[in-house]
Amino acid sequence: MSRLDGNMLAGRLVEVLGWDATTADARCAQCGTHGPIALALVYATSMGTVARCPHCDGVLAIFVEADDGRVWFGMPGITALEVTR
Amino acid sequence: MSFRTPAALAGASSQPTVARRRATWHVATVADSRPETSTARRIELDVPTWPGNDAGSHLDVRLTAPDGYQATRSYSIASAGDGTRVVLAVDELPDGEVSPFLVHDLRPGDQLELHGPLGAFFVWTPPSADETPRPVQLIAGGSGVVPLYAMAAAHSAAADATQFRLLYSVRTPEDVFFRRELAALASAEPALQVDFVYTRRTPADWPTAAGRLTRNVLDTAAVPAASRPSVYVCGPTPFVEAVAGWLIDAGHRAGDVRTERFGGS
Repeated sequence: MSRLDGNMLAGRLVEVLGWDATTADARCAQCGTHGPIALALVYATSMGTVARCPHCDGVLAIFVEADDGRVWFGMPGITALEVTR
Repeated sequence: MSFRTPAALAGASSQPTVARRRATWHVATVADSRPETSTARRIELDVPTWPGNDAGSHLDVRLTAPDGYQATRSYSIASAGDGTRVVLAVDELPDGEVSPFLVHDLRPGDQLELHGPLGAFFVWTPPSADETPRPVQLIAGGSGVVPLYAMAAAHSAAADATQFRLLYSVRTPEDVFFRRELAALASAEPALQVDFVYTRRTPADWPTAAGRLTRNVLDTAAVPAASRPSVYVCGPTPFVEAVAGWLIDAGHRAGDVRTERFGGS
């Protein structure tokens, strides 16, 4: 399984949040480190896409996409996300 | 307390006046497709609704099979600026799901679904008047040169005097993407320097043997950390992670090094 990074989440984030959050600062629930989503390590498989903290490998966010276009999105490991209004 | 109208608020804003380019879905028509290297194609798309894009951004291509199955992949954009012509350079991954179709089957006149422009992190924009310009070091592994080529071209188009260096690790001279364009930019632009590292075979008169990029070559061919360059690294994951580690060891600050991984080996 190939390791990618948070840059490739831009399109999915626009679809689930309505904006490109790759530059947004996110805090990891597991280790408390924070940084832009673009720096997350991302693992994409046919079952789904997982973004992990580059410092502690904790799961930050997951996307599961069905063939019919539905998406399940969770941010179980992000305790704060920077939102620019 | 007094309230202000939205127009007055907009006028008083300290935000940059450049409108944010909103990402959305577009229908593109293939204007041209031709070989870039023996494994890659340069694909030019006409996208009438395209809002323009910053140098370094990417887009998602969505293919839909007759049975409704969809596959989406991200591709860096080789073009930048306000136009509605979008240029991609796609390297075929032999076991890929989307790139073999784009490289072998896509013909001028065909239509594609695109989502973009995407990616606000791995982009370069010319320094504004009140910004202190910083040198820029671009480091490419293979097809990772695509967004970095867009940055070098945008730098030239902006007549920006900031020092730019591109260090491009590539298998052989025939595998160089945008070979003619890079040579033209480098000869026309005193502020741009392009250095090649050939990993499998060099040109005939090359002073060094073929081999992978090393820490030592990086130290001699890249803008030193003391100059506080903005560094952009793009390529296969192991390449990006090795180079980013060497840069931090050489004294570059983590926040000055922006990375984009293509995956693969």
